[in-house]
Amino acid sequence: MTRTKMLAALFGATAMMTGPALAEPAEDTLNLNDEIELVTWTEPSEALDGALTEVISGWHFRGDETRAMQADDFDNPGMMFADQARETWDMVDGAAGKSCASCHGDVDESMKGVRAVYPKWNETAGEVRTLEMQVNACRTEQMQAEPWKYTGEDMINMTALISAVSRGMPMNVAIDGPARETWEKGKDIYYTRFGQLELSCANCHEDNYGRMIRADHLSQGQINGFPTYRLKDAKLVAAQHRFRGCIRDTRAETFAVGSPEFIALELYVASRGNGLSVEGPSVRN
Amino acid sequence: MKRTIIALSLAGMATSVTAAEIAPGDVAFEDGAITVSLTGQPGDPARGREVLGSRSLGNCVACHANSEMADIPFHGEIGPMLDGTGDRWTEAELRGIVANAKEMFPGSMMPSFYRVDGYTRPGNAFTGKAADETFGPLLTAQQIEDVVAYLVTLKD
Ligand code: HEC
Ligand code: HEC
Repeated sequence: MTRTKMLAALFGATAMMTGPALAEPAEDTLNLNDEIELVTWTEPSEALDGALTEVISGWHFRGDETRAMQADDFDNPGMMFADQARETWDMVDGAAGKSCASCHGDVDESMKGVRAVYPKWNETAGEVRTLEMQVNACRTEQMQAEPWKYTGEDMINMTALISAVSRGMPMNVAIDGPARETWEKGKDIYYTRFGQLELSCANCHEDNYGRMIRADHLSQGQINGFPTYRLKDAKLVAAQHRFRGCIRDTRAETFAVGSPEFIALELYVASRGNGLSVEGPSVRN
Repeated sequence: MKRTIIALSLAGMATSVTAAEIAPGDVAFEDGAITVSLTGQPGDPARGREVLGSRSLGNCVACHANSEMADIPFHGEIGPMLDGTGDRWTEAELRGIVANAKEMFPGSMMPSFYRVDGYTRPGNAFTGKAADETFGPLLTAQQIEDVVAYLVTLKD
């Protein structure tokens, strides 16, 4: 951290003289609503096994305006969608005549900390579940309602709400025990060079974060800020949407959202960000 | 594939003695270099310059900065600057690097622009769908020659 700061200062001085765009992650602090200071730059967890020397939220790689938008709930367009899910939370749906609130009560209380530990091993089902899978398990099993579409509006708004109430808590997904096998599979995918361009996630987000790739400033591809409100698309984007886009950009045949491959990849990528604060819904350009 | 054959036979008609285009699978590398032209024809540096800058062609500037192309916005910082590559490398070496950089730099992040085999889940361009029968190398043999003709002009 100190070395990076020194470097940034040096580069800053050079930039003032010569004027090129800086590709260093911005030195800044994310004070959410001027109330909580989020951890956006920290030590790597054991999940990384030395692959990174520092763990940095994607927030640092975005411009001043985008960073400022995320810092204030009134300016963050993602919060509108999270608030829409508050109504859904209380709404009865399905043959059992229940709402989310019937079982879980107050969302701010009961869901606090949930985002931070997902994807997570479910003992009864004997599988690793993403937040989307768990929401749909509640809908079908507890409420006897139709599952939501994995990428549908209801689902992403709900995951935005569940993330929002955990903001500031450290990401802490478990990678040992029965989740290990899935995690290993996700790790394999992370380091596979897909497509005709033969690029792995690691090529861009581990070896080259901080550098420009054409007009984009490469981040570490962390998902502590997901779902994210993407200004370019004017909507919320789930982590697996982003994975699909990144794999497509390598001229590869992508995996489907909700596929076993993407579930494994989501667990692995989430674990790379263990220690960063939950930020979702974040704002990206 | 079919198009290449038609193009070849057309070229064959135009000039009676044309060296056959070397197919991606038949390219011979010597220490990462390719000594003969892939088309038997000289490249066109102006067209090569377009290939480097265009997103839909080589998109080389996505990863490389190049002072001579200051008219084109947003150069990347992934690979070395291309300034002076014509001094650092011979034409044969540049042809090898552009056709398949992994021969010169094992494990390189630079894509192989003239290769068709050995990919993991190759797609149909940027559709996200599986590759179909239209799958071909990223650049044609002539485009590789055009890029090489441009790169040799980059002298310090
Ligand atoms: C060719 C380069 C490239 C490859 C390969 C690549 N990405 Fe990305 N990725 C980008 C760019 C560019 C962005 C947008 C800028 C940024 O946030 O890094 C991005 C953004 C992301 C983000 C959003 C981060 C944020 O904070 O908003 C995630 C998550 C991500 N990538 C994950 C992955 C994963 C997982 C893989 C492999 C399956 C992958 N990427 C492969 C280029 C790439
Ligand atoms: C995804 C990134 C990427 C793309 C796209 C790319 N390159 Fe490269 N290139 C590299 C990297 C990285 C190196 C450094 C070699 C190494 O160590 O792997 C390199 C090396 C080179 C070199 C040798 C430079 C030197 O002075 O040592 C040349 C010449 C070159 N590239 C030309 C091109 C051309 C021409 C294109 C497009 C047709 C292109 N590159 C596209 C990443 C890329």
